[in-house]
Amino acid sequence: MRNVWTVATNTFREAVRDRVLYNLVFFALLMIGAAILVGQISIGIEESVIISLGLAAISIIGIFIAVFIGVGLVSKEMDKRTLYALLAKPVERWQFLVGKFAGLAMTLTVNTAAMTVGLYLALLTVKHPLDGSDWQLLLAVYLILLKLALIVALAMLFSCFTSPFLAILFTVGIYVAGLFAAELRTMQAVNLTPSTMRAFRAVSYVLPNFENFNVMGMVAHSRPVPPGLVWQATAYAVLYGALVLAGAALIFSRRNLK
Amino acid sequence: MPPPAIEIENLSKEYPYGFLNLKKRRSLESLTMQVDSGEIFGFLGPNGAGKSTTIKLLMRLIFPTSGTARILGKPIDDVSMHQSIGYLPEQPYFYDYLTAAELLDYFARFHNLTAVDRRERIEKLLKKVGLETARKIQLRKYSKGMLQRVGLAQAILHDPQVVVLDEPMSGLDPLGRREVRDIILELKKQGRTVLFSTHILFDAEMLCDRVGVIVGGKLRGTGTPGEMVGMQSHGMEILFELAGPGQTFPLLEKATKTGERYRVQTPESELYARLEELRGANARILSVVQIKPTLEEFFMNLVERDRAQATAVEVSGR
Amino acid sequence: MKSATTVRVVFVFLLILGFGGVWQLQRRIDRERSAASVEADDLMLRSPWMLKRLSLEYAPLMGAIYWTRAVQYYGEKHRLHQSDLALLWPLLDIATTLDPQILPAYRFGSIFLGEKPPGGAGEPDRAIELLNRGIQANPDAWRLYQDLGNLYYFDLHDYPKAAAAFEEGSKNPKSYIWMKVMAAKIAAQGESPETSYFLWKQVYETATDLSIKKNAEEHLVLMQAELEMKSINQLADQFEKQTGHRATRMSELVDAGLLKSVPRDPNGYPYVLGEGGKAEFNLNSPLLEKSLLLNR
Repeated sequence: MRNVWTVATNTFREAVRDRVLYNLVFFALLMIGAAILVGQISIGIEESVIISLGLAAISIIGIFIAVFIGVGLVSKEMDKRTLYALLAKPVERWQFLVGKFAGLAMTLTVNTAAMTVGLYLALLTVKHPLDGSDWQLLLAVYLILLKLALIVALAMLFSCFTSPFLAILFTVGIYVAGLFAAELRTMQAVNLTPSTMRAFRAVSYVLPNFENFNVMGMVAHSRPVPPGLVWQATAYAVLYGALVLAGAALIFSRRNLK
Repeated sequence: MPPPAIEIENLSKEYPYGFLNLKKRRSLESLTMQVDSGEIFGFLGPNGAGKSTTIKLLMRLIFPTSGTARILGKPIDDVSMHQSIGYLPEQPYFYDYLTAAELLDYFARFHNLTAVDRRERIEKLLKKVGLETARKIQLRKYSKGMLQRVGLAQAILHDPQVVVLDEPMSGLDPLGRREVRDIILELKKQGRTVLFSTHILFDAEMLCDRVGVIVGGKLRGTGTPGEMVGMQSHGMEILFELAGPGQTFPLLEKATKTGERYRVQTPESELYARLEELRGANARILSVVQIKPTLEEFFMNLVERDRAQATAVEVSGR
Repeated sequence: MKSATTVRVVFVFLLILGFGGVWQLQRRIDRERSAASVEADDLMLRSPWMLKRLSLEYAPLMGAIYWTRAVQYYGEKHRLHQSDLALLWPLLDIATTLDPQILPAYRFGSIFLGEKPPGGAGEPDRAIELLNRGIQANPDAWRLYQDLGNLYYFDLHDYPKAAAAFEEGSKNPKSYIWMKVMAAKIAAQGESPETSYFLWKQVYETATDLSIKKNAEEHLVLMQAELEMKSINQLADQFEKQTGHRATRMSELVDAGLLKSVPRDPNGYPYVLGEGGKAEFNLNSPLLEKSLLLNR
């Protein structure tokens, strides 16, 4: 376990020293700043717009980081052969993988926290003091983080057996597909046979149901987020993520490095 | 008699390639080899012969198609055994956002060394490989030679029983090479086992207790450097200068000229006859040395033979 | 002899000049395009279903953007005195499909879709559709019932349905008591000037959107004028009873002591007596045109 932590902290250190990350966070803060402007031209819904736009910024930038850096976690080490010396140490391959995952998850948490502070500041420009319903924003951000962690796991999975470019494509593809999973389940069309619909249903359960982590609409309109939703989403992310990482570890542990 | 440090039995590696990965390329074929405890073993071969493949198989960076191997008596898939192994990869590349000290510290943590221990060893090692002044500089700014030294440092940081070095001399200037040679000899003095691959045959001759020669994925032989090339002498070589221009004599025709100097080879039995000839021509004798066969020649012959065989196979269509 | 620095400075200067040229050229292009354009506005993607899919998780944000576009669209058209509001419904449709909880959109839509041109798009059925969607998604928003009632009352003249809407909205404990009162009054009397005035006053007082406020104000002004003209007519009837003939000029009523002075409409123009001795707007008053438009 200590090995996992060692790899995780080093991954975090790498992210901190990588300037690209700062640019992305800066960009997100810019988007949040823009939210204030947009709020001013939207009549009657300034608060809602700032929250919507702010959460969208956090989500989109987070996904960017999760996909691109997530894919690079493994593929960069394999490409640049930094992995070789490491694997000669008494460390298991799965420990390396989980450590990398944890390191990026920590990085994402810190970045997201920074962006959330920006969002609260933006919110303060149109509404002060903040009341109880505004703490729900943290729930929305937490769920976004869960979603990002899952995306990292998927990115790592794909990068273990395809090229970085394809891994990025697949990860983004699964993200989009996963958003429509719930619809796939309930799809009704005249020309679909029952077996096709059953197949659709099965696929919809296998895909990661990313809508589970979306409460942006609820929070933007100050509707309460049911706590049961939060717990279940957490359990889903942990279970699904663990499965994905286990799959990645399985593939990676038998992979011949070039 | 302690057990062998490294035992390899019938190790083979095939790579699929081509359309749908249907064709297979054999990069290593049934390698059986042993490295005894406490010896320096040189793994020799031309590029692509399978040296790196063997070492990567030992380090579990790639997986064998068949065969087994053991290091210090334990099978190679035993990760805990890596506590006692040090490895320097070929053309090493490390995290360029770290400094040398940070990198060594990072790797040292996997060996469960205490913080105090880590600091002491890192200090000592950086000094030993001559990187003390560069310890705070990020690795992205290091030259190839400096990276090689860091690589060596991380390989021996935890005082491993077996040290495996893949082309440790590459990228180093003559001074650097000498330092690495010294380190390897020091390791032997401490009772460690060293396996290294190289194609600088001079280093192998100087350092190794035994060598293994691999060409085209097959092991061609192991033994001491002397054993490999056979002990026979190939005669004597005379280096001489002419007294004045315009001279010709039969021996001169057989000699090769470099500038003003001439070299000629002669079997030992005819040495004095030749010297008489030169004295008669008033030539100035500069030196007389015994021609010892080199590993290089042995090597070249082997490669030539191999290539001829391959061509023969092609021509015969089998 | 030109040094390297001089060359660089000259080059930078030329770059700036060049960019100035680009700027001017763009202005000329803008002028050309606005002169040539027939239909400057269009909606690239019309299908709310498609847009919702394309928005992935960010539908509420996209909804807010389309809502903003709808407000801008109306404002622009109004400013240019153009009465073609063909895109208002599609924009509001998309906005409320993407985010059914944008409450201001329903109020805005109910007023400006329902009203006849030039004030609105003249599509009261669409407005009903919009409001029903809003009510379904926001069952607690009793004000939507107020908007529905207003729609039936003013634009569709369907008083039973109007009364029903106010009644339904009054069931929400958060609503105001006048909802119930209005329900009863409209059920009993249908249209009446007092009711109309009251309903518009409610809209005016709670409006945060400038367009809505202005629109309500216009209606209130006209209604006020209507009330004033009604009382003038009552006086004119009294004059007829007293003198036996119909007055033809306002001064006659003043002379008869029924009015202190010639009353002026809310815009300051004196009322006149028209055909049949009934009060009418002064020809110069802008309210004349407005009332004609509204009462088509």
